[in-house]
Amino acid sequence: MPEMLSLSNDPILFIAVMLAKILAVFVVLLLIVAYATYAERKIIGHMQTRLGPTMTGPLGLLQPIADGLKLFFKEDIIPAQASKLAFILAPMMILVPAFITVAVIPFGGNIVIGGYTVPLQIADLNVGILFILAMEGLGVYGIVLAGWASNNKYSLLGGIRSAAQVISYELAAGLSIVAVFMLAETLSLSGIVEAQSGSVFNWFVFSQPLAFCVFFVTSVAEINRVPFDLPEAETELVSGFCTEYSSMKYALFFMAEYANMVVVAAVISTLFLGGPAGPFPGVINLLLKIFFFMFVLIWMRATFPRVRYDQLMFMGWKVFLPLALLNIVITGAVIVL
Amino acid sequence: MATNEIMTINMGPQHPSTHGVLQLILELDGETVVKATPHIGFLHRGVEKLAENRSYHRALPLTDRLDYLAPMSNNLGYVLAVEKLLGIEDEIPQRAKVVRVMMAELTRIKSHLVWLATHALDIGAMTVFIYCFRERELIMDMYEKLSGARMTSNYFRVGGLSLDLPDGFEQDVKNFIDAMPGHLETYEGLLTGNAIWQKRTRGVGYISAADAIDIGLTGPALRASGVDWDLRRDNPYSGYEEYDFKVITREGCDTFDRYTARLDEMRESCKIIQQCLDKLEDGPILADNPGVSLPPKENVLNSIEGLIHHFKLVTDGFKPEPGEIYQGIEAPKGELGYYMVSDGSANPYRMKIRPPSFVNLQALPQMVEGALLADVIATIGTLDIVLGEIDR
Amino acid sequence: MSQAVVAKLKQEFPAAVLNTVEHRGEITVTVNKDDIVTVCTFLRDSAGYNFLCDLCGVDYHGSEPRFMVVYNLYNIETKERLRIKAAVGEDDCCIDTVSGVWSTANWPERECWDMFGIAFKGHPDLRRILMPADWDGYPLRKDYPLQGPNRELYQGRLS
Repeated sequence: MPEMLSLSNDPILFIAVMLAKILAVFVVLLLIVAYATYAERKIIGHMQTRLGPTMTGPLGLLQPIADGLKLFFKEDIIPAQASKLAFILAPMMILVPAFITVAVIPFGGNIVIGGYTVPLQIADLNVGILFILAMEGLGVYGIVLAGWASNNKYSLLGGIRSAAQVISYELAAGLSIVAVFMLAETLSLSGIVEAQSGSVFNWFVFSQPLAFCVFFVTSVAEINRVPFDLPEAETELVSGFCTEYSSMKYALFFMAEYANMVVVAAVISTLFLGGPAGPFPGVINLLLKIFFFMFVLIWMRATFPRVRYDQLMFMGWKVFLPLALLNIVITGAVIVL
Repeated sequence: MATNEIMTINMGPQHPSTHGVLQLILELDGETVVKATPHIGFLHRGVEKLAENRSYHRALPLTDRLDYLAPMSNNLGYVLAVEKLLGIEDEIPQRAKVVRVMMAELTRIKSHLVWLATHALDIGAMTVFIYCFRERELIMDMYEKLSGARMTSNYFRVGGLSLDLPDGFEQDVKNFIDAMPGHLETYEGLLTGNAIWQKRTRGVGYISAADAIDIGLTGPALRASGVDWDLRRDNPYSGYEEYDFKVITREGCDTFDRYTARLDEMRESCKIIQQCLDKLEDGPILADNPGVSLPPKENVLNSIEGLIHHFKLVTDGFKPEPGEIYQGIEAPKGELGYYMVSDGSANPYRMKIRPPSFVNLQALPQMVEGALLADVIATIGTLDIVLGEIDR
Repeated sequence: MSQAVVAKLKQEFPAAVLNTVEHRGEITVTVNKDDIVTVCTFLRDSAGYNFLCDLCGVDYHGSEPRFMVVYNLYNIETKERLRIKAAVGEDDCCIDTVSGVWSTANWPERECWDMFGIAFKGHPDLRRILMPADWDGYPLRKDYPLQGPNRELYQGRLS
């Protein structure tokens, strides 16, 4: 087995390979995010017996490019009373954590380049899970900042709602996957993927069904998707915390939302469905699982009404948190016995 | 030490879920509503003053634009009011009465479809919105075949109808009402059993029966509070006494009961339309009263008497005896009343419209006191208001 | 029936009831404007007219008294209608409010004030409802121009 490529054995190759990995992941992620908007419109359209985009390019495939161009050329309006720095910083503070989280997702096993082993993962932190949870928590700063900086009561309400929502559900999400670490005995993502290798039945979704369900639902709440999309509830708060945004900043908010969707799908696939394990070559498996979860998220958007704020808080604290704790207790008991 | 700061929010005239130009000044304590004040008048067009300057016939298109989601209902109320003023209620031919009932019930389904679509959309279920509007397109196609316009139909006339039913119309109606119960099952499947929908609508917007009668609530909102009152059964007009239908009441007084009550009302409307199709026979469509009804076109174009008759009726109009009447009908949103005063001239001396949404909206402040912001949206949706008739 | 109610009304308030007219099957009772609240309370409590359908004003320009405030009542139990009218003169253009008898009268009375200028004594919140808050004039009066103040009459065809 050739040794692992690192900064000590061949620095130039290492930096080149690292840059290539980062570029590949970034570009693929951007493409997925852009075409996720297209996929959402098409899928929801067909579920509502209509077609979705069809005019821009064949089958409407150039729609995301058209949308991007349109948003790029729109006038950038900053409200006069808004605090400029916070206003401009907020969308970036949402987008960056979402993109950084993909750095720890393992896309496949190891490949050999120039005599060295290279893992298909940008950074294999041995506390990978903690890193992901931390980044998801950072995302809430952007929303609150956007709500406050817009100097607008509706945005403020949206920002505050979102802060409370994310904080409540983060707890339940984090606790529900503690059981996964207990089974895998490691916090690093590639270690968790290894613990699920072998057969399909090693996947943690079969041994941890409760954790899977709780984590899925709480993740949906964390990324502000229907049925938990109160912060941007169009019909109540006129677009919530992003009411005052236009042009590129607005585009950044929406990229952040879809990027979060991709990240959550990737995290669930890695933690519960074995990551790159499966019949096809590693990366394709992971991408298939990610697309499956994104489809489920879009399907939920077309079907469900929105939950009310106090009901949301009730569920987060009084339903999901106890369930997650229960799961830990049961897993612990089973492991010991 | 916590200070209670009341935040005043303006749900301005332009807002995605106020169903028109309604301004709500909400005083919030956190997310709880302390006080809600509606401000209306942004769509005031002076319909009542305009009607005083036009003859009875020319004032008819003004009524289309009141509750623009149920135009034939408004037309029906006006036409019945003028016929009562003239005293010719018994002379309306049977065919005209049956077609009036059929179109009124189709209009009820149309209005309730828009209600369901916007109510569901406000609460977040956007698929129901698209499905309901798909059915509404079919009804609007029928309107267009019948009267020439999808929305502001202006189809009824004083004395009967303006045109007879076109060929194939009855088959279209039959196809529609055969398919409608299936569609209603789809909507129910998406919403009624859904735990999120139930949580959003049960216990929201509560108003007791006594309060509802006192504040003047009418229509499905009143019947869902347990009051058994439906003008179609109690003060029948246009031959409603000959039809067999149930009056839907519920005991819960909240949004969920109003929702199920309106869905069941749509089913009852389908039954009434089926009875209309069975009852439909050939016959005249205008009352045989030369002072009121326009002569048939062959007479107008071929004889001088017909021409003069048509000319006098269109330019001078008919002059009812001096007096005043009140005619109320069961519009989809509640009791639509027309109070008309005649002074013997060709123009109405006073036409007062009693819009159901105007009086229903009065109940909003007491229904949302102490509720959350999201419940305000649900309550506006369940009251089913349309600003066209509130502001006139 | 309504006839019996009118007879009872005349018996209770002989001084208040001024006139009774029956036209097209509907009964209209004209009462003295000072007794309107007592008459309405009597009708609601003893005669069962618990629903006020409509409250409006009519401008009989040229006759004296100029305005009429019209109350259209309905009895939900017996399903009957009744109309009460009270004459209001132009110089003493006010009448007591009935929003204490039926809360539904609140907004229609505001509309009457807005359109005709008839003040309702004791109304909890008498201000304009359909016109903007700073509007001058009362649009539905017969001497108010159709095209609005300070404008020329519309020259085209009406329809």
